[in-house]
This record gives sequence, C-alpha cells and structure tokens, in this order.
Amino acid sequence: MSTIVLPKEIKGASHDAHGHHELSFWRKYLFSLDHKVIAIQFLFLSSFFLLVGGLLALVVRLQLGWPDHTGWFYKSMASVFSMIFSQKMITGGIILPEFYNSAFTMHATFMIFFAVMPFLMGTFANFLIPLQIGAGDMAFPRLNMASFWLAFIAGLVMLSGFFVPGGAAGGGWTSYPTLSAIPELSGVTWGQNLWLFSLLLSGISSLLGAINYITTVVNMRAPGMSWMRLPLPIWSIFITAVLLLLAVPVLGAALILLMFDRTLGTSFFIPHGLLVAGSPLTGHTGGGQVLLWQHLFWFFGHPEVYIMILPAMGLTSEILSVFSRKPIFGYKAMVLSMSGIAFLGFMVWGHHMFQSGMNPLLGTTFMISTMLIAVPSAIKTFNWLGTLWGGNLKFTTAFFFAVGFVAMFAIGGLSGIFMASTPVDIFIHDTYFIVGHIHYVLFGGSLFAIFGAIYYWFPKMFGRMMSERWGKVHFWLAFLSFNGVFFPMHILGINGMMRRIYDYTGYAHLSHLQPMNAFMSVCAFILGLSVLIFLFNMIWSIFKGPIAPVNPWHATTLEWTIANPIPHGNFAEMPRVFRGPYEYSAPNTPGDADFYPQNVPPPGFGSAERTAH
Amino acid sequence: MNLSMKRGIQWLCAVALAVLPSAVAAQAVKAKYPDHHWYSWWMNILPDNASTYASKIDDMFDLILWITLIVFVLVEAALVYFLWKYRSKPGRKAIYYHGNNRLEIMWTAIPAMILVFLAIFSNSLWSEIRSPNRFPKDAPVIRISPRQFQWDITYPGPDGKFDTPDDINTINQLYLALNEPVQIKLLAQDVIHSFFVPEFRIKQDAVPGMQTAVWINPTKAGEYEIACAELCGLGHYRMKGYVHVIARDSLDRWKTAQAPAPVAEAAPTATTDSSKTSK
Repeated sequence: MSTIVLPKEIKGASHDAHGHHELSFWRKYLFSLDHKVIAIQFLFLSSFFLLVGGLLALVVRLQLGWPDHTGWFYKSMASVFSMIFSQKMITGGIILPEFYNSAFTMHATFMIFFAVMPFLMGTFANFLIPLQIGAGDMAFPRLNMASFWLAFIAGLVMLSGFFVPGGAAGGGWTSYPTLSAIPELSGVTWGQNLWLFSLLLSGISSLLGAINYITTVVNMRAPGMSWMRLPLPIWSIFITAVLLLLAVPVLGAALILLMFDRTLGTSFFIPHGLLVAGSPLTGHTGGGQVLLWQHLFWFFGHPEVYIMILPAMGLTSEILSVFSRKPIFGYKAMVLSMSGIAFLGFMVWGHHMFQSGMNPLLGTTFMISTMLIAVPSAIKTFNWLGTLWGGNLKFTTAFFFAVGFVAMFAIGGLSGIFMASTPVDIFIHDTYFIVGHIHYVLFGGSLFAIFGAIYYWFPKMFGRMMSERWGKVHFWLAFLSFNGVFFPMHILGINGMMRRIYDYTGYAHLSHLQPMNAFMSVCAFILGLSVLIFLFNMIWSIFKGPIAPVNPWHATTLEWTIANPIPHGNFAEMPRVFRGPYEYSAPNTPGDADFYPQNVPPPGFGSAERTAH
Repeated sequence: MNLSMKRGIQWLCAVALAVLPSAVAAQAVKAKYPDHHWYSWWMNILPDNASTYASKIDDMFDLILWITLIVFVLVEAALVYFLWKYRSKPGRKAIYYHGNNRLEIMWTAIPAMILVFLAIFSNSLWSEIRSPNRFPKDAPVIRISPRQFQWDITYPGPDGKFDTPDDINTINQLYLALNEPVQIKLLAQDVIHSFFVPEFRIKQDAVPGMQTAVWINPTKAGEYEIACAELCGLGHYRMKGYVHVIARDSLDRWKTAQAPAPVAEAAPTATTDSSKTSK
C-alpha cells in the first residue's frame, strides 16, 4: 500500500477560519466572495439573458416565417411583440428591417457572451472547481466577485443599446467593418459603441475568471487529486480557461481599434477612397485594412466556439458516466482530445474567411487544419458511445440531455465537414447551412449539456430536487422542436438561402421556401415554450422541490460528500483523494454499492498509515 | 397495467407533438402550392447548375453527403441501440471497463485518413476555381463595384481598357456570353458585399480597398439572379441583380446598342476638361 504524504499546512484550510461568523445580507447574497453564491448569481444572469436572446430569436423567426406579414399566427404574435418592443422596432404589426438586423445581431451576442459563456464558464466553472478538486474556495475570491459584477454591468450596457437613438447594433455579431465602423453606412450610432464597450467589459470579466480558474486548479487540489484523477468537467474548464486567456486579449485589441475608428477618427479598418452614397467619405484618412478585423476577430472567434463547446463536453462526460454506472471510456483519450482541440483551435480561424478575398493558398492551409480538428471531436463521440456500451443506463432527465448532446453534436460535427471543404464552402458559405450548423453545436450541443448539467447539479446548488416529470416534458419538447427548427436550415442553405436576410421572397430560387420557414418558426415558438417550462421548473424547485439527499445520483466525486447546504469554506475537513473520478461498478467496491467515492479510503488504509508512522 | 397505460399516454403525447406541427405545415403548403410535392425539397434541392465548375462542386457536396450520412446513421443507430440494449433493469450491473487503446487508435486513424483524403480531393477543385495562375488566360474582364444596395457593372468597351470614355456601364444587369470564360474583378465602394450567383455556385466577397476576382464559364443560357451574401446594411435583402447568359452574337449586338450610353457618360468628363482649359 502506497503512503500519501499530507502537506503540513493544508492549502485552502485557512478559509475555515472566517467561514463561521454571520455575514450581512449584502455580503452573503450580493457582494459575496463565496464561489457557490457567485455561481448561482451567474446562473440567474445567464438564465435572464437566455430569455432575452430567445425572445429576439423569436422576432427573427416570426419575420422569416411570414415575410409578407400576413396570417393569423404572424398577426397575433406580432401584436404580442408590439407590447414588448417600441414603435421604432415594430410598427403597425410590421417588424422593421432596422429592428430585424438588431434582433439577429443581439440574439447572437446575448446567447454567446451572456448566456452560453456565463452558464459554462461562470456558473459551472465557479461551482464545480473548488467542490470537485476539494478546495475551500477559489484562489482569488475578490477577483471572482469582480468577474461577476463586470459581466453584470456588461450585460446592462449591452441591453441599453435598445434604448439609444439609432437602436442596438445591427451589423451581425461579427460586426465586420466598414459597415460597423462608419455610422452613416449602417444607421446605427450609439448602439454599436455600446456593443463594443460591453464586449470589452465582458472580455475583462472572462479574463479575471480564467486567471482564477487556472490558478485554483493548479494550486489548490486536495491531497491525492492528481491531474489524472481530475473529473473531466475540471479538465475541460481548465483547458477552456487557457483558451480564454490566449484568445480574449486579441478580441479586446480588435474592439479597441474599432472603437477608435468610430470615435476618434482613426482608420485601422477603413481603407482609402471609400464612398458613402456616391460621395467620398469625410473624417477618415483611410489606409486601413478591412480584412484585418476579420483576422483578429476570428483569431478570437474560433477558439471562442471551442470555449463554448469544451466545458459542455466535460459536463456531458460526467453525466454519461454517472448514469451509465460505468467508468468513462478512454479517460486519457478524452483529456488528450480536448487538449488537441484547444491546440488546433488556434489554427483554424481562416475557415471563416474562405470567401473573404484572403489568398486562396491560405484557404488550403486552413482547410487541412479544419479537417484535422474534426478528428478529436470524432474521438470524443466514439468514447461517449463506448461509455454507454455495456452500461446500466438510468434514464434521468440529466442523462436524456447528455445523450441529446451526443446525438446533436454528431450532426453539428458532420455538417461542419461540408464547410471545411473549400469548394463546397463557396456555395454554402453565408447561407442558412452555416446557421443550422452552428445551432446544432451551440444549442443541440452546448445548451443541451447546460440543461443536463443544471438538472444534475441542482440538488447540490439548492439542496432540492428539480421535477423529473417536467424535466422529461422539457426534454421531449425541446428535442423535437429543436430539430424542427434547425434541421430544415440545412435544406434552406442547400437551396441557397442567404443568412441575415430580412425578406427572401423576392428571389426566384427562394420564394418557394416560405412554408418550410413557417414550419420552422412554429417549432421555434414551441422551443421557446420548452425553455419557459424549464425556467419555471427551476424556480419552483428552488422553493418547493423535494429536499435532496446528500448524494442523490450515487456519484463518486467530492461535491457529493458534503451535506446540504454547503457551508462557506466547503469542506469541514480537508478531503483526501484515493482514486479516479469514474469508479462505477468496480469489482473491488466495498459493500453492495456500484460506486466508489474518490475520498473513501481503501480497506486497511488506516492501519497501513499507522504502521508507516 | 396502470404504469403501462401511463407510458402509452406519454408516448401518444410525444408522437402527437411531433406530428401536429408537421400536419399543420403540410396543410399550409398544400393550400399555397397545390402542385408542390412534399419531396421536392429533398430531391434536386440544389439550384440548377449553370457553370463549368458547378457540377464539380455538386459532386464534391454529394461525396461528403454520402460519407457523413453513413457516419451519421452508424453513430445514431449505435446510440439508440445502446440506449435500448443497456437500459437499467433490476439485477443488471454495468461492466467495469476503462477503455481500449487499440480502439482509440482505430477511431483516430480512420477518421483522420478520410478527412485528409477529403482535404486533398477538395483542394484540387479549390485551386482549379480559385488559384490566380489557373484563371482562364485572355478571358475578357468585367468590373463589378457593388455599393449600398446595387451592383455597378462596367465593361471595358471596344478599346479593352477601363476608365475610358467607351466603357459600358450598367446597374444590376450583367450580360455574359454562353460558353465563354470571363473574369470578374470585384471592388466594393462602401461596405463588404458578396457576389453570389447560386446557379453558378460562385460566391466571392467584394471588399472595399481590396480587389478580388472570380472567373465564370456559363454553360446554360438564361436569366439568373445575383444576390448579396454578406450583410451590407438595411437594404441587404433587396440588393438583387440579374445575369443574362446569351449567345456571343446577341452579346455583341447588346454591346453595340449600349454604345450611345458612353457618350452621356463622357459628357461630364468633357466639361471638366473644358473647365480645366478655361483656367
């Protein structure tokens, strides 16, 4: 029996000292330094912006379903929306083109930066890191609090775009100059500035989070929690934090340069000789490069896609293993493939720019790296299948969503190959094919994983269980309507339907697609309903859900060893880790249990240690 | 009994939820397009192809479609089968198994080989379409300078040079000769636009401050639409142009008919010249 040397001064134990005295309401719930409270703050923030983003998506779908603004469904929904949105957005039951452009721009921005990212890298990173590695809190609790409040302010700034003259940003979430750089060309004035400022704040928030997560995982693991015994959510969050640290500063630089172009009259992205409505542009000397923005943006933007999918992969791996009652298939392969994705993720940004006018030789390079990055994703999918194989599958809501993730991510991964192929991309670039692809990855992928993870960790967050019955209703409604909205998008794309288009019925090759669009829009409203069911279930369960047992899912990781509610400082005694995180159905497990918790000493351990002393 | 009834009702609800919107949609389609068949979206959904490389791109698309379709069916079938086969039952115990290195190597190597093959295969077509030194030699050049929200098109005229008085200018109307390669130089005036003709399977961003180029060899006479594929502002959705693919002699006749236009175009140039001389 190997002996484990305990450090004399236990890291993180000092938190116990100030964990006992009563905190005021402000310090306990609003300006809390406790990672668990911050996680829950992020949960509410992301849920709110999920609703906002979803509402904007429904505006987009309503317009696309009935571009002629007729039909009882359109009219009734438009009159509901007129109550929410101002006259400048919807007038006389007609969604205005200005608002349409703002709606899809802000939909993507809210979903990416204020829903999916804070769900994954705010809520779950904060909640799980200390609890799963056996630490008392984050390494820098004040930085952690600052990270949340910066994200909160950023969200408000972004939201305020709707209330300024000229409306919210409408140049797409990618905000390509020169459309985004020159207000006369887009009609958007302050909205775009607020967009840039808000993303800068949210970027700083992400960086503070990333520094904190990396430091905590490196320094504060409990004794025995070696790297190869880390639960996969922690691995995925750690790798993602490194990605954030390397990618976000590049976005920050690009945002600042574009801000300068808009407000100080610089010309980083504005070339010489530009015409505005036929007459030369004044106020800018020119000499800038339009493509520079695209390189900077996508150098951040592609790692960003992996920032939003890697943690989701980690969460899914955990849930699949627990409810298969089986060790994760190929733990090392999972870690290596995530690292591979992170590494290759920095070399594929050019695949967003195949048709941008970039040198076609670069297109070849980026195609090869893009094809290669599909390999680690394939490895992960096969390993998830391997995890299910031979298991003892428990059909909980969390498990349904994790399986939904695998099924939908497979579609999103495969549809990506079409766009990776440069010649095929010539046709489907900037069509609905790519919109379908990204939603299979980000909704069917990331968001399904987030839903699953909320059902799974809710008992530890709030000490109560969520309703399984309504969870299943949520799953089936979401799963069916999700496919109803997004699968036909591939077909629209193959038909050649351009994205970000207000009315496609004027085109001969697209006008016949209205019924299909209407069907998708009805499905989108059902999908919205399913998310409402989920949020009601969540809020109801916080107050009225049945009291959760300490370890409702019979899981092995450290968070399930602590009684609810978890006190500030988490562990009364520094936990000690004896084995990997996925010891399910192991033959040497003592007793009748099919799980062997990480912190339970092997039989005879105490006596071995005593003899060692 | 009670439980199985409950299950049955749950399943019925689920099926109804799937079927209802589809039925409503099918009804709507029937009302609007009486001659439309439900499968017309699935069969021949790619637009007609009308350029030399269009069918090659379609073939590439089909190849990837078949490969991904097979992988898709295998993965999803395995998933569903495992869900059914290994569902929890009383007395069932999961096997204790951490993975298999031989399998890992296999499912790394096989996808990698398929993907590299696809990359190499794609690249020969990519360079055929896009490589600057493989552009058709001596093909006539047309200049398109899109702006919000129209396509300004310029032919060099009889002297073969741009920016001379005999240039032929049109807005939103592009005339091409059947079966003759042509080069199109794109330079945006204000924001990024994207030149997209679905039937030619061509799409290329037109960027301000930077010239981009494509070539087309149209293979079918007819009229096609030019769409803008890059968000360019409020009128993006209606930035539409037309391509007319006509026989060589009709094109020549059209060009001659356009000849008076350059005179009107040349007039302002003449006045500026005279104003210069008057100084």
